[in-house]
Amino acid sequence: MRRIISVLLENEAGALSRVVGLFAQRNYNIESLTVAPTEDATLSRLTLTTLGDDQKIEQITKQLNKLIEVVKVVDLTEGEHVERELMLVKLRAVGAQRAEIKRTADIFRGQIVDATDAAYTVQIVGVSSKLDAFLRAVGELSILEVVRSGVSGLARGEKVVSA
Amino acid sequence: MELLSGGEALIRALQDEGVEYIFGYPGGAALHIYDAIFQQQAVEHVLVRHEQAATHMADAYARVTGKPGVALVTSGPGATNAVTGLATAFMDSIPMVVISGQVQSDLIGTDSFQETDMVGISRPVVKHSFMVKSAEEMAEVVKKAFYIASSGRPGPVVIDVPKDTTDPGYRVPYHYPESVSLRSYNPATRGHPRQIRKAVDLLLAAKRPIIYSGGGVIQGNASEPLIALAKRLNLPVTNTLMGLGAYPSTDPQFLGMLGMHGSYPANMAMHHSDLIFAVGARFDDRVTNDPKKFCPDAKVIHIDVDPASISKIIPTEVPIVGPALNVLTELLTVLEDRLLEAPELLDRQAREAWWAQIEGWRRHSDFDHDQRHRNEAEAIIKPQTVVQALYRATGGDAYITSDVGQHQMFAAQYYRFDAPRRWVNSGGLGTMGYGLPAAMGVKLAFPEAVVACVTGEGSIQMNIQELSTCRQYGLPIKIINVNNQALGMVRQWQDMQYAGRHSGSVYQDSLPDFVALAESYGHVGLRVTDPAKLDETMAEVFSPALRDRLVFLDVAVDQNEHVYPMWVRGGALCDMVLSKTERS
Repeated sequence: MRRIISVLLENEAGALSRVVGLFAQRNYNIESLTVAPTEDATLSRLTLTTLGDDQKIEQITKQLNKLIEVVKVVDLTEGEHVERELMLVKLRAVGAQRAEIKRTADIFRGQIVDATDAAYTVQIVGVSSKLDAFLRAVGELSILEVVRSGVSGLARGEKVVSA
Repeated sequence: MELLSGGEALIRALQDEGVEYIFGYPGGAALHIYDAIFQQQAVEHVLVRHEQAATHMADAYARVTGKPGVALVTSGPGATNAVTGLATAFMDSIPMVVISGQVQSDLIGTDSFQETDMVGISRPVVKHSFMVKSAEEMAEVVKKAFYIASSGRPGPVVIDVPKDTTDPGYRVPYHYPESVSLRSYNPATRGHPRQIRKAVDLLLAAKRPIIYSGGGVIQGNASEPLIALAKRLNLPVTNTLMGLGAYPSTDPQFLGMLGMHGSYPANMAMHHSDLIFAVGARFDDRVTNDPKKFCPDAKVIHIDVDPASISKIIPTEVPIVGPALNVLTELLTVLEDRLLEAPELLDRQAREAWWAQIEGWRRHSDFDHDQRHRNEAEAIIKPQTVVQALYRATGGDAYITSDVGQHQMFAAQYYRFDAPRRWVNSGGLGTMGYGLPAAMGVKLAFPEAVVACVTGEGSIQMNIQELSTCRQYGLPIKIINVNNQALGMVRQWQDMQYAGRHSGSVYQDSLPDFVALAESYGHVGLRVTDPAKLDETMAEVFSPALRDRLVFLDVAVDQNEHVYPMWVRGGALCDMVLSKTERS
């Protein structure tokens, strides 16, 4: 089962490598990973998606909590949550393709953020499955390059994760 | 405020932490630190012959004293040589602080001479690590390192020290903090009261309960309440390899070690129990065998200071996160209250029936009653009898370290440990070469104590250079070399699983003359080959005449002996091979 684990950790050199090292060392899988400082400059917020049954996820959260620099660990998928991923796609765009890509981007509420006479760069934001759907819709042939941010998320409502 | 260089601050901080010994080996990046050591007397430096030995000495010092051990190595190869020792301490949850020199900050990342990424290379085998950024933060980093190493589930901590942060030409005000707090690190200090009540209910309701305790009881100084609980409820007790000594081995309620080479009664009682009371143990694969077949009728109460150890391998009915000492003490109070209210809850009849069953297993096969390993009518010494002779010669009152292999299992099976912190071995990582430096660390911690290292001709050669360190510091330890002319445990597996194809496990007459080797280092070497002479030679090793000498006893033992019981791989705990011809 896919899970979104959200981790608040000390914004210190080496903290991220401990998290990533833990996953490698214990044979846990990382599907995506995103990390950046928070409004409190001493803290980073890391969001990762992983696969595993309940027992595995319990071990993952317990092992993450053991890392000295990890302040809080939350499994967002345990409750109602909002998740988003950002994707930039560079597409071959010549002739009739140009209008077709524009239409498809509109349907997915995407934006064309860069254009040349042979290529468009489209930005799409949403849940990961929406991004997957866009890629299927434009078709493999026109895709030149894809970059995805990995999933970020927050719990719905007033619940917050803080130090 | 006093002004100190970073190097001086580091050593002063160790003094303030009450450190007695630094086990170490110098090198370029560590020389400012070594100069600071030279200019004080409070902390004694012990020069080893290989950094791995320094870490094992620090580790064993910690195991017997309960205080963190300290090792100091230089950058590059010094640091990498310390990694095995870190991993050894990490697997057994031993508090240790390893200080590694590092190249100066502006050279880090340039592939400079003797540079290695110590923080990176040690990351999977440390509880935490630090790289010192400036002389100003030196004292605080040391304080944090000792706090982390010794609190919660203990473990090794690395402090990587770039040479420029120890520069004698740069002085900063020194202040050693009384305490530190880390917002992200708050180990549990007591168990949840509701969980403790649940555990008491389960204990009182169980018909066939058993205590399974591990190294956590020793590390957590919880022997006393453990014994009290076992006595109060007349519970059978088994210990893990790491937990030996937590419950007195000569007590009738002790069933022996459990697991792969556990005793027949211990493994049978575990398998047939209806409640496992686990304390400070982690259901390691050498204990459970196939987890799916593990103790099918048993519910589990699991007390551990590390929540990640609970329900990791075996699902737990009542998890209790907290230090063993505190949880067991509170549990005893709750238990007494319950029994005061309702004394009828103590089901003596069920307990008697359970003990009758256990006594049956004991009669069937027990080390004490086992006649197979006696030397009588044998021309060659059985390795098990070496440990029995050692037990007799030391009155069961020595500190015993061991290496890894058959001799380690024989020591665990046949030496009866009646007190915690007396049995010192690498249980989790299984590090050959551990025993000799471990014995040295113990001897330095307790100079008056009798310290013996039970080793084999394979393991001893992995750190034999330390015989020189023993000479330098006058460490009269006793080395009992159970010499079967082969890597015995490997050969046993090859006998049992590979049709006797001894691939890479024999030396082809290349072993040294250990007696002459010990003598060349200035020690006493003895050899015994005749079973009839074993006891008298062992007595000589521990005789007053040789009290102040290191004695290396080379014992020629039966080359074909196997360690039994040995479980059937992939089976349940009750599936054991009991001898070359018998199965459970």
